[in-house]
Amino acid sequence: MLSEELKKSLIDKIASVEHPRELVVDVMFELQDHYGFLSDEALEEAALLLGMTPLEMEELATFYTFIFREPVGKYVIHVCDSIICWMDGYESIRDYLCQKLGIKMGETTPDGLFTLLPVCCIGYCDRSPAILINRKVYGPLTPEKLDNILEELKTEAG
Amino acid sequence: MYPQVLFKNRKPDRIATLEEYRASGGYAALADVLKNFSYKDVRAVVLDGLLLGRGGAAFPAGRKVMTVPDDAPFPRYIVCNADEMEPGTFKDRVLIHADPHMLIEGMIIEAYSARAEKGIIFIRPEYESAARILDREIENARLAGYLGDNILDSGYAFDIVVHRSGGRYICGEVTAQINALEGKRPNPKQPPPYATEKGLWGQPTVAHNVETLVCIPHIIRNGAEWFRNLALTDTGSGTKIFCVSGKVNRPGCYELPMGIRLSEIIETHAGGMRDGAQFKACLPGGASTAFLTPEFYDIEMDFETMKKAGQRLGTGAIMVFDHKTCLVETTLNLTEFFARESCGWCTPCREGFPYLRDLLWRIEHGQGKEEYISTIKQMCHHLWNAYCAFAPGGVAPIESLLAYFEDEVYAHIREKKCPFK
Repeated sequence: MLSEELKKSLIDKIASVEHPRELVVDVMFELQDHYGFLSDEALEEAALLLGMTPLEMEELATFYTFIFREPVGKYVIHVCDSIICWMDGYESIRDYLCQKLGIKMGETTPDGLFTLLPVCCIGYCDRSPAILINRKVYGPLTPEKLDNILEELKTEAG
Repeated sequence: MYPQVLFKNRKPDRIATLEEYRASGGYAALADVLKNFSYKDVRAVVLDGLLLGRGGAAFPAGRKVMTVPDDAPFPRYIVCNADEMEPGTFKDRVLIHADPHMLIEGMIIEAYSARAEKGIIFIRPEYESAARILDREIENARLAGYLGDNILDSGYAFDIVVHRSGGRYICGEVTAQINALEGKRPNPKQPPPYATEKGLWGQPTVAHNVETLVCIPHIIRNGAEWFRNLALTDTGSGTKIFCVSGKVNRPGCYELPMGIRLSEIIETHAGGMRDGAQFKACLPGGASTAFLTPEFYDIEMDFETMKKAGQRLGTGAIMVFDHKTCLVETTLNLTEFFARESCGWCTPCREGFPYLRDLLWRIEHGQGKEEYISTIKQMCHHLWNAYCAFAPGGVAPIESLLAYFEDEVYAHIREKKCPFK
């Protein structure tokens, strides 16, 4: 369920623009942040708020890389596997993360903290190999740096 | 050291503030335009400056705005394409992080010349930090009177919003971007009508890349001739932000004159090849351009010279490969990108890229057969029939792999393994 507060802020935001549909990605992001992912319930609420059908919403939700239709961890780690990161050691970064977290790409740790996903060029080719964690960039990476980053996030999550 | 125009205020760790931008002459062009220029005067200067679109297509920016008919309806829109997702390209991110007000001023002046009243910056989700900078600095520009209902008491009204994308490569294509902005599935659309006639919400829309827009205040302030003379070649104009990455000592973004030689970019500015690495090839402008072989090592990097040599400057993202890099595996990685990012709208692209990826995968992993080569060539040819320019761009590395490095491909097939492993 959406909190009344969030619902009201979304309704106000939608009412303030000429073309509500231009906000569809913003609304999906806000609901995703609220629920942790874009659940069926969130999808229907988003559709209702914007006067779209759930099917139209699904067509968009499944199109975009950063909208998650399945549950993900508190921290979503996107590992860039495009050309420059690939040349500069993407595979060792990926393997290290998989081993360290005990999961394969596409999976979430049992404690619900981390999800590992591959992603196309994130535009940080001057900092390769690079990853995004909840859309924040880290790079150039080494296993030691990854250790520190993961430790910090675990502490932050309590 | 070459003149730094777009990177004049660039700092290692923070943006240039509004005050710093103003102190360096920022917003003077806008004040001048609002006081002394008609919208047609602005168009004439930009056209005369021979500013070519920096997003990769190199369409003359001055000509684009002139395709908005005089009697076109209002409201009209300016869209800034900050959805930079061409592999190897990161100049727009660096530009926004260096001097966000240069982009804001460029958008206002371009909007004035199109008589537009609303601007949208379409930005990819990976650049959230840049989006936040823009949100904040747009507000600062409003408070300073550069945006809003009555800009610098001129009576001209214009404002900008930042639109965050959900993230897909195709959204960088202008017609797909307009669909994305309208909350539709971002498929490309084939013109006509062109966006300048019937774009966003069916209204005239002028879309430019970030790097194109930031050039505009400088052209107005210093004149078209000055801008043309920044280039080292007669056919070039202005400076270019080259993003260099791969096997060089100093990967990064460098502002250099248009028409500078590739060899100078690599050796002088990007610190040369990494220890022991020899130049084997580079992609000169992102993943949608062809491999440049050592015979082009001294080529002048401007749109026209590259075109004459049968090449494309693209986004100016130079990705350098050395003698130890397997170009079959490199091309496989690039093709994986296109297979994953194809929007799926048309059959040649949706089906073609995964098919090409599988053939390249087999060759790289020692399962290739000679007949695959003709199949790949034929498939690349089919992809030229795709709905948008995405697919013909995406097969450029594959076609050039076969044109220039066929021996390497055959070696994989003959030895039944990757010779680099």
